[in-house]
Amino acid sequence: MCQVGEDYGEPAPGEPSPAPRPSREQKCVKCKEAQPVVVIRAGDAFCRDCFKAFYVHKFRAMLGKNRLIFPGEKVLLAWSGGPSSSSMVWQVLEGLSQDSAKRLRFVPGVIFVDEGAAFGKSLEERSKTLAEVKPILQATGLPWHVVALEEVFSLPPSVLRCSAQEPAGSEGAYKAAVDSFLQQQHVLGAGGGPGPTQGKEQPPQPRPDPQSLAGPPAAAQTGALSQLFCSVRTLTAKEELLQTLRTHLILHMARAHGYSKVMTGDSCTRLAIKLMTNLALGRGAFLAWDTGFSDERHGDVVVVRPMRDHTLKEVAFYNRLFSVPSVFTPAVDTKAPEKASIHRLMEAFILRLQTQFPSTVSTVYRTSEKLVKAPRDGPAAGDSSPCCLLCMCALDVDAADSATAFGAQTSSRLSQMQSSTPLTETQTPSGPCCSSGVGRVLGCGQGACRREDPQACIEEQLCYSCRVNMKDLGLGLAGDPGLSD
Amino acid sequence: MPAPPCASCHASRAALRRPRSGQALCGACFCAAFEAEVLHTVLAGRLLPPGAVVAVGASGGKDSTVLAHVLRALTPRLGISLQLVAVDEGIGGYRDAALAAVRRQAARWELPLTVVAYEDLFGGWTMDAVARSTAGSGRSRSCCTFCGVLRRRALEEGARRVGATHIVTGHNADDMAETVLMNFLRGDAGRLARGGGLGSPGEGGALPRCRPLQFASQKEVVLYAHFRRLDYFSEECVYAPEAFRGHARDLLKRLEAARPSAVLDLVHSAERLALAPAARPPRPGACSRCGALASRALCQACALLDGLNRGRPRLAIGKGRRGLDEEATPGTPGDPARPPASKAVPTF
Repeated sequence: MCQVGEDYGEPAPGEPSPAPRPSREQKCVKCKEAQPVVVIRAGDAFCRDCFKAFYVHKFRAMLGKNRLIFPGEKVLLAWSGGPSSSSMVWQVLEGLSQDSAKRLRFVPGVIFVDEGAAFGKSLEERSKTLAEVKPILQATGLPWHVVALEEVFSLPPSVLRCSAQEPAGSEGAYKAAVDSFLQQQHVLGAGGGPGPTQGKEQPPQPRPDPQSLAGPPAAAQTGALSQLFCSVRTLTAKEELLQTLRTHLILHMARAHGYSKVMTGDSCTRLAIKLMTNLALGRGAFLAWDTGFSDERHGDVVVVRPMRDHTLKEVAFYNRLFSVPSVFTPAVDTKAPEKASIHRLMEAFILRLQTQFPSTVSTVYRTSEKLVKAPRDGPAAGDSSPCCLLCMCALDVDAADSATAFGAQTSSRLSQMQSSTPLTETQTPSGPCCSSGVGRVLGCGQGACRREDPQACIEEQLCYSCRVNMKDLGLGLAGDPGLSD
Repeated sequence: MPAPPCASCHASRAALRRPRSGQALCGACFCAAFEAEVLHTVLAGRLLPPGAVVAVGASGGKDSTVLAHVLRALTPRLGISLQLVAVDEGIGGYRDAALAAVRRQAARWELPLTVVAYEDLFGGWTMDAVARSTAGSGRSRSCCTFCGVLRRRALEEGARRVGATHIVTGHNADDMAETVLMNFLRGDAGRLARGGGLGSPGEGGALPRCRPLQFASQKEVVLYAHFRRLDYFSEECVYAPEAFRGHARDLLKRLEAARPSAVLDLVHSAERLALAPAARPPRPGACSRCGALASRALCQACALLDGLNRGRPRLAIGKGRRGLDEEATPGTPGDPARPPASKAVPTF
């Protein structure tokens, strides 16, 4: 009942009758011989080996179908310790150790971001987590990096500017792109990333010993970070801020060490939840970038999501059956009540709906595949359109008086401003960016009009959802690196 | 604790805080602000040109009551004339009481009222009869699917009877937000591609439709109706608990509690969705039976009625349109003798 099956322009797919519950005598649906150990989707029972083959095939097919990863390319695996990213790292390790024909041919590294300061973990707790994390990282045998989130403060402001965009290659140009990439590698020496990096200093040469674990970060930085997060009023904005900072940090590390791709372990379930969450946050224009397979908005480094076809259930069963090591690290929303943030609400809703309508997650996933990375008005905007400071997407807000949701909100603020002129005699009206309206909303209308101007200037460079998040941030924005521009 | 003074006129005590901005306003100033915002929506989107004859879809509920009241207050400013069109779906115990409210409103506002009934338009099929016909198949009854399609057809028919040039409905921001959530959860890429705008401009001879209350949240609509002391019918439809929209509505209420701007954020997201060209519906043609706007051989209303008449009510619902190309039985609804003036396929 939940699903609408009308695909315009395509023949209507026939729905298979729901499979009967597997009885004890039932065999694996694939090999028809062995005893099944796990039920996937709507009643498909798999034995252990067939399940492993199915799982691995999905991973390799996702990489192979999209043909974005070149042989010999350096790829950074973003590992959070959780089940999905642990599974991804495991798959990569297994893929590297195969026969030469089927072997994965890129050069991976692993990064772990220590986010303990963002939610007030003490240094002892953080070093305990790191003690659990390090053995796993060392056991992978790949070059690994552990960074603390505090290092976000030492990022150069240039991370907030888009680097030169790589020209998007079509399928036919794949071989040509690979060839040119290999040539560039020859020219630049080992570990050079593709493409020029304009407007930044030359990235430092990759260190000979990549196993880097810097000492504990400076206490001042830790204090600044926890103060920043404490000043955020809502959990929703906290989660979004954490995500933004983490992304910028990982991308910076990738650039610094010559990685040209970053792989994240978002699973199908998580991406479906993320899509609905971003819809509710006002990021409808950017859904394709946020939840698609590849995310090229940062220019030289591309974020790739190879686990996007695996449901959380499959990941969990795989990790259990094949003993994939993972570390539990509490997140900013661990043990938060359901109503605390949009993310939690959406997660609870989707998972609850999934029990009633088992096709919910796959339906949302299929719909997300139909989203395209184009502005709605067509390709008119192109490369020259301004990008949001924080999330690096092309701005999606119109002029203030148009008949859109954004226009309705700004026009009401304008009328608010005009109708309250008696109190604002002392402030000079500052044009269409409604700064005094913003100040009134934030409750600092009295003497702080000079502070409102930088706030308004920053707001103008943000997309719709980042503006909404900004409202939840306290006014102490000095800690954020890029905003000191 | 005494209420603060109104932030707008500074004269009377504030009676409410606007959900959107937290601004404290007295009743009169809030109503004025609400009307100003509806006017802004209509003018900025150029929805109702001067001289338009506007058919208001009046159900007796809060949204259409507020819509009619606001538009009536704005008629001198906009230069339009209003007609009330009410649709009688034949839901016992619900629609008759709502229609009584509409009649009272028409009398009070001195606006002409036209009532169109499913029973007359669609060959004797009332919603109760449809519900009985689709019950007992083990799946849900999908009453809302039938009712929505048929109501929009009925509204179009009623508007034509009174010679209207535009149709307006009282959908508010909450409705738009629920729709986009629902369409994603059901995977309806076609509706996602079509929706999110300001209504339809009226292609192929169909009347242009719009929703002036589109950016007003439901709370504000209720508050407006309260302050203007409007008389409306506030019970929920008998079939509403079965609808899938209930899940989306429940979710929206929780989202709004977590972040008050969630409703407008969702409307903004819906406006900015970019879907692949293959997901968009093809150029519409004409229904082979009644001549209305249709993207397939049969328009949706004819297809649904066809299924009902043949005793296979789920024929046109969901996946597969098997059997629709078979020869139709005689005595189908719609008047074949009527000249094929295109009518709209009533889906937003």
